[in-house]
Amino acid sequence: MTDPMTTDAPIPLLATAPECVHCGFCLPACPTYDVLGTEMDSPRGRLALMSALESGDLAPTRAAVGHLDACLGCRACETACPSGVPYGERLEATRATLHDSPLRDRRAAQASRWIRAAVTAPAWMQRLGAGGQRVLRAVGVDRLAERWAARHPDTHLGAALSLWSAGSHWAAQRPSPAPGTTFAPSGPRRMRVALHLGCMQRWMFGGVHRDTIDVLTALGCEVVVPVGQGCCGALAAHEGAADEARGWMRHNLDAYERAGPFDALVVNAAGCGSSLADAARLFDDDATRERAVALGSRVRDVLDLVAELGPLPHARWTHRTQRVAYHDACHLAHAQGVRAAPRRVLEGLPGLELVALAEADRCCGSAGIYNVTQPATALAVLEGKLERLAALDIDVVAAGNPGCLLQLEAGARRAGHTWRLAHPIELVAGRLR
Amino acid sequence: MESMSTTHDRSAVLAALTARLGAERVTSDVADLLVYASDGSTLHDATPAGVVFPESTAEVVDIVTTCAAHGVPFVARGSGTGLSGGAMALDGGIVVALNRLRRILDVDVPNRCARVQPGVANLAISRAVEHHGLHYAPDPSSQAVCSIGGNVAHNSGGPHTLKNGVTVNHVLGLQIVLSDGTLVDVGGPERPGYDLAALITGSEGTFGIVTEVTVKLSPLPEGVRTAIAAFATIDDASHAVTSVIAGGLMPAALEMLDRVVVAALEAAFGLTFPPGAAALLLLECDGPEDGLDDEISRAVDICREHGALEVRLARDDNERAALWTARKKAFGALGRIARNYCTQDGVIPRTKLPEMLRRVGEIADRHRLRVANVFHAGDGNLHPCILFDDRDADERARVVSAGREILDVCLELGGSLSGEHGIGIEKREAMARMFAEDDLAVMRALREALDPLGLCNPHKVLPGGSRCVELGPGGKQVHA
Ligand SMILES: Cc1cc2nc3c(=O)[nH]c(=O)nc-3n(C[C@H](O)[C@H](O)[C@H](O)COP(=O)(O)OP(=O)(O)OC[C@H]3O[C@@H](n4cnc5c(N)ncnc54)[C@H](O)[C@@H]3O)c2cc1C
Ligand code: SF4
Ligand code: SF4
Repeated sequence: MTDPMTTDAPIPLLATAPECVHCGFCLPACPTYDVLGTEMDSPRGRLALMSALESGDLAPTRAAVGHLDACLGCRACETACPSGVPYGERLEATRATLHDSPLRDRRAAQASRWIRAAVTAPAWMQRLGAGGQRVLRAVGVDRLAERWAARHPDTHLGAALSLWSAGSHWAAQRPSPAPGTTFAPSGPRRMRVALHLGCMQRWMFGGVHRDTIDVLTALGCEVVVPVGQGCCGALAAHEGAADEARGWMRHNLDAYERAGPFDALVVNAAGCGSSLADAARLFDDDATRERAVALGSRVRDVLDLVAELGPLPHARWTHRTQRVAYHDACHLAHAQGVRAAPRRVLEGLPGLELVALAEADRCCGSAGIYNVTQPATALAVLEGKLERLAALDIDVVAAGNPGCLLQLEAGARRAGHTWRLAHPIELVAGRLR
Repeated sequence: MESMSTTHDRSAVLAALTARLGAERVTSDVADLLVYASDGSTLHDATPAGVVFPESTAEVVDIVTTCAAHGVPFVARGSGTGLSGGAMALDGGIVVALNRLRRILDVDVPNRCARVQPGVANLAISRAVEHHGLHYAPDPSSQAVCSIGGNVAHNSGGPHTLKNGVTVNHVLGLQIVLSDGTLVDVGGPERPGYDLAALITGSEGTFGIVTEVTVKLSPLPEGVRTAIAAFATIDDASHAVTSVIAGGLMPAALEMLDRVVVAALEAAFGLTFPPGAAALLLLECDGPEDGLDDEISRAVDICREHGALEVRLARDDNERAALWTARKKAFGALGRIARNYCTQDGVIPRTKLPEMLRRVGEIADRHRLRVANVFHAGDGNLHPCILFDDRDADERARVVSAGREILDVCLELGGSLSGEHGIGIEKREAMARMFAEDDLAVMRALREALDPLGLCNPHKVLPGGSRCVELGPGGKQVHA
């Protein structure tokens, strides 16, 4: 044994992934611990449960499974954890072992399956859905649905409906570009980037994709939309449906390799970005892992890239100053460490004043489809976020993730707030027109 | 005064509480119990019979009364960051989890005090009053997490204890539910008679469950200067500490970190450490702006005189905050270099620091263990953290022996068993080595007077008793 006080020998770090040392620093960061006040619903508690399940010291109980399912997967605990416990990875792995467990809440599991099926449905069905949404909106059915949902926000259906109607304003924008399309840069080409369309944002957030393309081409990017790409698999992996997630990711690996060389895979949804960046986690075999690492290392959040590419040529002033609060999507801040870039971009826009939001990186309760599978807790988590927003004098709340946008829009409508929700890239693109 | 409750009694308590509070607020599910089996330490655990989540003082009274009626022991739990096993429920007791009692009831700015519920986090109090230019001064490194109730129970300190004092100096009054369910208010401004608030502070939850705390709020210092100095040897750093204080300076904090800790902090926070350095000293001076620069530069000079390799001043609040985050999260960062750690909490006269640290190193070597040191150097409060792997039963046993020996050295050097983490279950046997039998008898008499049935956090703090707590292999309590 060498005495660390008298030798200069380097102190070795733990060779394996760090374990939970019970320091408790994650507790105040955890939104579910905050609203439920029970340690089983805290990161430290959940890790104790996961370790005991893994070692066999604990046979799954309905309570244990319930606490694990009540986790948002927001990974705020990872940011807080000085030990470096890879919480998100542990959660996905544990959920995979419990995926078919009869102890899981059946209705929540069913809701999750339906939503995954809906958002990953073939393009023609999604076009139909989006069209349907426009028709229903035109005849006012969405108002009825919204009213019913507003009275039952803590039910699976009520939550799903209010999110669906919250999305109507985005669904009415320009449709997503068709895969296979290439957009030329205005001016000399600085880089070639691929755009990930995703599942839900492909049919609901076409306008955000268009804005992404407009901004990137204005900044000198050639933007390709590779054929054959699909869902990133995050929703499935989050839920413990590991095979389903792996299937999607293989699909993407093939598609993006076929797309030819590109400098960055641009993603404008935090959840997808984090899932793609960390694609290697899904695979055991070295060959696939290598491919996944190669893809993952090129993943860039759109705002992160825009920040790097620098100020917009010919940005235009808006009529009056927009006061904007930026909400950090968990899978940008906690999972990808993207915090400063979006703020820098927004602050640099003419006619925009960034207003500091307290606890901006605390989850809004959206968390993939958590707001549908665990509606009551999601609402409680959202409440704090809305309170902190309501304390500000703002026109717009910006968030770089479609899930957050829907959750915050639905919450704002229910509470009668007047701010508009926008993806930051929409605000950037607004200065182009 | 030992309780001998049966499974039947415990079930009766849980059933009665479930009926009144609802199933959502009482649990005895094995998974839930597992989570509440341990606190901030990973060396021991004990499975409670149930966990109850009160949402009001009246409910705490109800829970305690019900336990008393059935002779079932109970233990208050705050945030479970205690490091001496204090919140472990021995004898199949009931854990009363106070995390839902976390309202700040009243802030009295003119009189500089606040009345808060026990589950409020230490830091939450300071956050709530900072816009008045005030804060709650005691700042345990766990302050973002630990509850004020836990702070009162352990009379917690922190890096700024050096200048500001510990919890007891900042508690003005308490409301406590005694073990028979009586609700009493103690302390408060200008109340003559016995200072019961001071007595309860530091009683580690053995006198009852605190349901309200009135804390003193202090003005935020006008200015703060923070420096970090690196030394080639622990001895140099220790001598610098002694000289700073002997030189008449009154630093607000004076913290030492050895290179094992710094390696962990480097991995966790990217903190850099000059090559060849064996110890870091974190120094802070605060107070009126006038003269503050002078004070810190005198401290820096002293460090240089003692051979500091490098001294850096925090340039702004961000840099200062980064240094403190690293320091305060140091225990947690040890997870980067070991699966588990066990923190010791001895106190020694400051002048004995070099000798003490050498002997800690020898003890660790003898037991084939690694130690990381991070501590409040200014007041001689050591925290040698013994690194271990909880899957290795033999190593666990060696950790326990080494911990004992370290405490013995503290006593031998004229120090104490605990600076701030309390005695809990971990150090209770050592109490007999620190105190004479007569001293312990007074403590026992006091405890029996306040908790005649022995239901309130039994087996903690005081040694012995008619029944021995048996900690089985892996530190798990074996109970019938
Ligand atoms: C990373 C880390 C750093 C730390 N740094 C410091 C430090 O710098 N200084 C320091 O002093 N300590 C420190 N500690 C120890 C610990 O945080 C303190 O002892 C703290 O006061 C415990 O508070 P808690 O709410 O977590 O209490 P718990 O662990 O839940 O309980 C501790 C004890 O208090 C009793 N208790 C809790 N609430 C009540 C109540 N309402 N009424 C009666 N009894 C009650 C419990 O029964 C138990 O005996 C640290 C711990 C960690 C993990
Ligand atoms: S912060 Fe990390 S090590 Fe500390 S209790 Fe939480 S998960 Fe465990
Ligand atoms: S992922 Fe989020 S909700 Fe889940 S334990 Fe961590 S902080 Fe809590």
